[in-house]
Amino acid sequence: MSVQDKIIAILADQALLDVSDVTLDDTLDSLGIDSMGLVETIFAIEEAFDITVPFNANAPAESGFDVTSVRAIVAAVEGLVKERV
Amino acid sequence: MRRVVITGAGTINPLGHDVPTTLAAMQAGTCAIGPLDIRDVDRLQIQIGAQVSGYKEADHFSRQDLTLYDRFTQFALIAARQAVDQSGLAFTDATAERAGVILGTSGGGLNTQDDNYRAVYEEGKNRVHPFIVPRLMNNAAVSHVSITHNLRGPAFTVSTACASSNHAMGQALAMIRSGMADVMMTGGSEAMLCFGGIKAWEGLRVMSRDGCRPFSINRNGMVQGEGAGVFVFEALEHAQARGAEILCEVAGFAMSSDAADIVTPSAAGASRAMRGALADAGIAGDAVGYINAHGTGTTVNDRTETAAIRDAFGPHADRLMVSSTKAMHGHLIGGTGAVELLACIMALRDDVIAPTVGFAGSDPECDLDIVPNEARQAHVDAVLSNAFAFGGLNAVMALRRF
Repeated sequence: MSVQDKIIAILADQALLDVSDVTLDDTLDSLGIDSMGLVETIFAIEEAFDITVPFNANAPAESGFDVTSVRAIVAAVEGLVKERV
Repeated sequence: MRRVVITGAGTINPLGHDVPTTLAAMQAGTCAIGPLDIRDVDRLQIQIGAQVSGYKEADHFSRQDLTLYDRFTQFALIAARQAVDQSGLAFTDATAERAGVILGTSGGGLNTQDDNYRAVYEEGKNRVHPFIVPRLMNNAAVSHVSITHNLRGPAFTVSTACASSNHAMGQALAMIRSGMADVMMTGGSEAMLCFGGIKAWEGLRVMSRDGCRPFSINRNGMVQGEGAGVFVFEALEHAQARGAEILCEVAGFAMSSDAADIVTPSAAGASRAMRGALADAGIAGDAVGYINAHGTGTTVNDRTETAAIRDAFGPHADRLMVSSTKAMHGHLIGGTGAVELLACIMALRDDVIAPTVGFAGSDPECDLDIVPNEARQAHVDAVLSNAFAFGGLNAVMALRRF
């Protein structure tokens, strides 16, 4: 499973949607994922990829982890996975 | 209904090991937040906190006592001793049965749990010390304060996360008012700065990696502290009959539940608690000069608390001073309301308003007079102390100059 597929699966699970309903252009808002859901999602991503995501719910924009869309999340995780290797 | 006053105060916290030192540090705007010195800190994302420094348990307690005293119990006992000494009370006669103790804590003996889980899970040991249970239980501090000072009346522990101390003090007030007791030792204690304690908070992603800046535009989370504050609450006539020095009056208390979200606070719930405390105290909103805010330094708390203060006080919110001392001593979780009450007593007795340090710029959503960075001389007659817990539980104390 690619990074993108894994992330979409995690987001779909969190949003109680089918993976086919999650697109790269979706946002957390359009998926109905709130701040608690986001924190859980990030935990799931960290577990799935064995990475540490530098995310602070108080200052999302300054965390260096872009969560503005599914596409942005995939790119951010791909970056972190690359750093780990 | 009987009136209730404070006749003794004690503390050990990151700003000082007693009340005078703590108040001097608050007045000076001292920040006690720094690098954490705990086991396995290198495995934590969050590596700062406000620790009680320069503290050696063996200087205060015997080796036998320490087998029973977790760090949170030690802090409670040190603070309680100071408060009793200041009050001049001795619980050697009938007073003892009319005296009790109610303390708040969230984690209880968390260091004891952390150490012993480590022993059995990580180190593979199959044996732990026989007194682990009496050491870690949340009522250990209350029981040892009761045993040490011979307090034979009502005694129990309140655990409502960040509002524990305020809920505990509210119960102590209610018990004296109703006649169930004449004297109550009350406040709270917390010692959560261990690997497991920080790791759990880290997961919530609300902790700052670089500092606590309540109400500031660049705030980015809370920072944990540790310590205790304990007070002697006493029926007014009881205190006057023995000629005790009165620090201030505990004028009122109210609590409310948001009944909404398990972590996100509600302005309506907080506002109801503040208005309730004023009504309970018989204090008009415009008579309040200072609020010790919950002010955790998270984006959401400080914005919501500002809205709640505006809702409760209307136009008077622009004339109030509001500060969060957490920027100095960190968030003591279940002990925080007790240490913060010291800032309220300082305001009423010494005409000094503790500052919100670390302030670096205004947030339009936190547009109150937060007494930035430097303490201020001001005469106030009535103050509030806010505590809003995870779980949506709000508890507000109202104090009055006596």
